[in-house]
Amino acid sequence: MSDTHAESVAFVRTEPVPSAPPPFQATGPVKWIRENLFANVPNTILTLVALYAIYVVLSAILPWIVNGIWNTDSLAECREILQGATGACFSVLTERWHQLLFGFTYPSELYWRPTLAFVLLFFAAAPVLFFDLPRKLLIFTALYPFIAYYLIWGGTIWVPIFALLGFAGGYLTYARFVTQSFAKGFFGGIAAAFLIWTLAGYITPLLAAENPAMAAVPSRDMGGFMLNMMLGVICVSLSLPIGIALALGRQSSMPLIKLVCVVFIEFVRGVPLITLLFVASVVLAYFFPPEASIDLILRVIIMITMFSSAYIAEVIRGGLAALPKGQYEAADSLGLDYPQAMRLIILPQALKISIPGIVNVAVGLFKDTTLVSVISMFDLVGMIRGPILASTEWNGVYWELFMFAALLFFVVCYGISQYSQWLERRLATDHR
Amino acid sequence: MTSISDPQQGSFRLSMLLNDTRYRSLTFQAIALFLLIVAFAYLGNNLVSNLRAAGLNISFDFLWSPAGYDINQRLIEYDSQSTNARAALVGILNTLLVAFLACVTATVFGVIAGVLRLSNNWLVRKLMSFYVEIFRNIPVLIWIIIIFTIMTAVLPAPSAFRGENPSSSMFLDSVAFTNRGIYVPAPVWGPGSGIVAVTFLASIVGIFAYRRYATKLLYDTGKLLPVLWPSLALLFVPTLVVFFALGQPIGLDIPELKGFNFSGGIKVGGPLIALWFALAIYTGAFIAENVRAGILSVSKGQTEAASALGLRPRRVMNLVVLPQALRVIIPPLISHYLNITKNSSLAIAVGYADVTATLGGITLNQTGRAIECVLLLMLFYLAISLSISAVMNVYNNATKLKER
Repeated sequence: MSDTHAESVAFVRTEPVPSAPPPFQATGPVKWIRENLFANVPNTILTLVALYAIYVVLSAILPWIVNGIWNTDSLAECREILQGATGACFSVLTERWHQLLFGFTYPSELYWRPTLAFVLLFFAAAPVLFFDLPRKLLIFTALYPFIAYYLIWGGTIWVPIFALLGFAGGYLTYARFVTQSFAKGFFGGIAAAFLIWTLAGYITPLLAAENPAMAAVPSRDMGGFMLNMMLGVICVSLSLPIGIALALGRQSSMPLIKLVCVVFIEFVRGVPLITLLFVASVVLAYFFPPEASIDLILRVIIMITMFSSAYIAEVIRGGLAALPKGQYEAADSLGLDYPQAMRLIILPQALKISIPGIVNVAVGLFKDTTLVSVISMFDLVGMIRGPILASTEWNGVYWELFMFAALLFFVVCYGISQYSQWLERRLATDHR
Repeated sequence: MTSISDPQQGSFRLSMLLNDTRYRSLTFQAIALFLLIVAFAYLGNNLVSNLRAAGLNISFDFLWSPAGYDINQRLIEYDSQSTNARAALVGILNTLLVAFLACVTATVFGVIAGVLRLSNNWLVRKLMSFYVEIFRNIPVLIWIIIIFTIMTAVLPAPSAFRGENPSSSMFLDSVAFTNRGIYVPAPVWGPGSGIVAVTFLASIVGIFAYRRYATKLLYDTGKLLPVLWPSLALLFVPTLVVFFALGQPIGLDIPELKGFNFSGGIKVGGPLIALWFALAIYTGAFIAENVRAGILSVSKGQTEAASALGLRPRRVMNLVVLPQALRVIIPPLISHYLNITKNSSLAIAVGYADVTATLGGITLNQTGRAIECVLLLMLFYLAISLSISAVMNVYNNATKLKER
């Protein structure tokens, strides 16, 4: 604009008018509430119904929890204190705390041992779960099974030491021969490990002290939530390698191996876990020589491991099938043989794809460990339904106990599934 | 890896069994076969010697001897003098009954929760994800026991319905919730009720015929007939007209309090309800996730394209989104049905007489025929799961994307 024109106009704004604030109803929480809760009539009705449902549930539960009593010795005392008012009797949790966690026959002066094993589990699992931690921590993870065994079962220290020596000897043999051929290293390693274990079988009774530093606890004394944790952790970690082997076997070009794997997987997936547990409790003993008295926990571990390895095998097979065929062909064209191709090219990618599925199986398996209460083992649910609810002091305290059990399982399973989602985001290297 | 190495010239050497890819797989399979035979021989040998030591044999004769125990929940005639085989049959029918009920209910719960998780309403969305997370992360056994506890410990005893001022009363004067089970009215089929039933079936056939006709008319002439209201009218009007014209031949047998218990009506036992609802809400949470994933898997472009063609929102849903979402939803849905059937074996924890509780529980304990019972039990579940996966394969092949 020219200068002359500027003087001919009485008033010219040189800066824009500041924008007016949006109407009250279109900003902030009011807008959010209008859009998300009361957008239209059906939406409003839904909101009101939901609010009413929340009110009904909370008005029933909140007073019950707030009035809860934590320090009495029996349900009768709770009722006396409450005088008919609503209120929970949480004292069953405080009074039977150790029974809920460790079962009712684990020696009470030894509770620190499974507790320590449980705490150490976090340190052992951490480097596996989080890749940013220093890789040296994996040494502790490798040692953990032997430490945990020694802590929980106790007895002579030579059993875990010789077991460890067997693995170490097997690994050294494998490392020595694997440069020549994988088969030589693999089978040599297995042979060396078995050699050491057989020798140890003769030596251990000689070395074992009369009164070991750690008193031995028989398997039948394990119980409570500890049993659930033990079954879950042991069976998942055992079934991973077996599941990988089964999945590879199912893809194998050798008809016999493929047939065996398919039959095994389809059979195990077709029957409920309960029938497998029946096998563990009443049938499996017939298949072992009478002098080998394999205790119930071990039989249950065998069956649950079979069960979960079939499911994990299917998950990993999905991962293997999802890999583009080019990866297999690329490995072949590099001149890698089968074990090398699997270890270096195929499995790292296939396992990464299958992590969410494996975690799902692990969560499902951990929940399914409660089924052992059906074959009268005293895990958390078995403890609640058996000794605690049957006792004269606590007969009738259902909700507190079941809510506690539900809460424990929820915390663990929800935590694992959140971890899996985090890992999925973390491992997502594809383009989007 | 079946890469072909240079064909070896000359005679066969023993080392070729390991080093030559042509023979190596044969060697491995021979070793595997040998190990397999050794393992089975070892286990079988142990089995035979253990059985001989215990004075047992493998025989299925026990199936035809009297069972000697009673079963409360039964769909066919059974008493304690019936054979073990019949007890197993009662159990099989009970398993199928609870599995069917739970499958239907779980689908309803799952679809509702899955759709509501995608609702615009923040509160409802959060409530539904709360439901899904709570039920997915707590073992189904705990849910079964909790609902069973509600059934037995919280609901009033039949005696609470008695007296001048009863502390409990029947719902709508016809359904009684007691700790011995839920009593619901039973239909009484009077003379002429057959005609009513036939009319009802005929009107259902009529609805299908009408819908086909409407579709055909739409495709041939482009004329759109109303479908919903005529269908509803066809469903109810003829049946009701016949029902009242024949003088209400179908009556209701309403449960009544007689002495210490209710009589009349149908008694639905507490264990059945516990198992049914626990399986339904537990699996419903999983199905909800499938439904949500299925609906989300249909890309937004499909909805927009359909709208651009001028379709109304309901038709977009029916004609474009649902057919594509169902392809994603149905296969996991069927495997959840399979899971329900397998999880129904938890009936043994609350004393519902399914096949695991009759054949694998009482019969096993009374006869001591552990191997035979568990074997039959596994065969039953295996047969069910194999037939369900056969159905699933047929469906997958039918709905597979036809490419090129």
